Amino acid sequence: MARTSAWSRRRLPVSEAREAARLDVGSGRRDPAWAGEFEAMLDAYEKAGGKPDVLQGKRVASAVISASDVLSVNEVEGVTIEAEGLDDGVRAHITVAPGTKLDHPVHLCFGMTQTEGVQRINSTYEIGEGAEVGFLAHCTFPNAVKLQHIMDAEIHIGAGATMRYREAHYHGPEGGIEVLPTTRARVGEGGRLETEFNLTEGRVGRMAIEFEVDVEAHGVAELIAKAYGSDDDDISVNEVVRLNGEGARGVTKTRVAVRDRAKSEITTTAEGNAPQARGHMDCTEIVRGAAEARNIPIVVVRDDRARVTHEAAIGSVGKKELETLMARGLEEEEAVDVIIRGMLRG
Amino acid sequence: MTRDMLKVEGLSVRRPGAEVLRNVDLNVGAGEVHALLGLNGSGKTSLALALMGAEGYGPEKGRIHLDGRDITDLSVTERAQLGLTLAWQHPARFEGLMVADYLALGMEEPSRERMQEALEAVALAPRAYMGRAVDTALSGGERKRIELAAVYAMEPRLAILDEPDSGIDVLCLEDVIALIRRMAAGGTSVLLITHRDEMTSVADRASLMCAGTVVETGETQEVRQYFARRCRPHGDLLGSQPWGTLAGGTYQRVVAEEAAGE
Repeated sequence: MARTSAWSRRRLPVSEAREAARLDVGSGRRDPAWAGEFEAMLDAYEKAGGKPDVLQGKRVASAVISASDVLSVNEVEGVTIEAEGLDDGVRAHITVAPGTKLDHPVHLCFGMTQTEGVQRINSTYEIGEGAEVGFLAHCTFPNAVKLQHIMDAEIHIGAGATMRYREAHYHGPEGGIEVLPTTRARVGEGGRLETEFNLTEGRVGRMAIEFEVDVEAHGVAELIAKAYGSDDDDISVNEVVRLNGEGARGVTKTRVAVRDRAKSEITTTAEGNAPQARGHMDCTEIVRGAAEARNIPIVVVRDDRARVTHEAAIGSVGKKELETLMARGLEEEEAVDVIIRGMLRG
Repeated sequence: MTRDMLKVEGLSVRRPGAEVLRNVDLNVGAGEVHALLGLNGSGKTSLALALMGAEGYGPEKGRIHLDGRDITDLSVTERAQLGLTLAWQHPARFEGLMVADYLALGMEEPSRERMQEALEAVALAPRAYMGRAVDTALSGGERKRIELAAVYAMEPRLAILDEPDSGIDVLCLEDVIALIRRMAAGGTSVLLITHRDEMTSVADRASLMCAGTVVETGETQEVRQYFARRCRPHGDLLGSQPWGTLAGGTYQRVVAEEAAGE
């Protein structure tokens, strides 16, 4: 049920919101709690790798959402962002008009500064025919002790349109968070979807990514997921790419490192369902200490002119790579870190 | 008389199923470029890995000294921190690690100027390569040159270059030779493992390995001639590793005995 709090009604452009926040904090006028929350979210956004200053430009479409409150929204020509607060989260509908081509990605900031609670984000993305748009999402939970972040997204990419979605997370040092994103996407004829999910700073906690995409003729889907788990983190990625149209192409690339007692399980499915469909799954997992990693590639081909391949490498850091860096004077642990960070960047 | 930068005494290394190094004695002087010749499988790379302290190449007996210090029991890192390094014959690939970062790893005080100089020394344009990853997108020759640039940038006291010429096109051999000269001029001793006669022109002295041991050390020209006269024909006739099971070990024994009797 939609909730119409004072905060969610007041959806100021970010630059104005920040100015208002400064006024509020400085003078104690008007909703100091809102102002404090807004500043806290921008700080948290920075911790997740975002650049708060970017949000000040009016030429950049953006939304800042804290828990169940829409703190600010900035729209640009061709991009509509409708967001409303729910009891335990936010519903957002983002529309990109046909033919729109943005110079700057749409910046999204989701998160909670509280230690406990639930944030549910229900979102839909409609990318009109021929549009070309990027999204840069930062999800930040710097103080998480017992938090749940549940995302449910529907993505529809029109014919010939391109959507690039990059999401980075920061969960703080406690690991008391569950991240449960589920996405269903459809790529229209000749369309393109590129996603990259990064959770390589701070603790993971428990993360279970569910992503399925249907690709129509000559469409492309590229899914990249990267995570670095430690302590007792639990990482699960389940991706399904259905190449339904002639000449459709799909690639999944997963890079995961786990150490201590962390666990990861990567399941990727690629279906070649049409002539000249091409799919490839590429998974690398590095295991240290008592951690455990699994990879389950599933290949399904329903057309004798389609082709799906997979490659996987799971294990410790390569001895030769390690000794090469040690021969430059790095301690073993430093060398391992360089290799893992490189893999997660690559 | 110059002091020894590297002194190897009676080094023997056993790998599962085989003794890969047998009583190796070798000296490399400070500032010297010392070529190490030998057919494939003669033990050159095993010696390089044993000197660097690679896992699985710990000596059964013998000692290794670097500039007078016994490094036999030190780790790879400790040896590197004392100024020893190795350019692998087939360098490792690193996903997501940029060339600039890779070069900087071994430098005491990383500077962009030194990195540029290192890349230019191996005939790679810094602007084109600094931001590239040291991964599979590089050709074998490019990767090899970056490895040499990394060693050069590190300014080690002793660099072991394992076949720096392999995988590099003939036109660029002069660049590699010039790089070795620059390293020596800068005070780095070089142990140069190679098959190519052209490469040995840069060496002050040379040693010949056969069947896991050093059978000859002397003036480069003499050792080259010995290698060409005595070893190459056997290699052509019997293949690259003639002391394997096919030859029943006969070749290994005969050549080693003949070499010892020369």
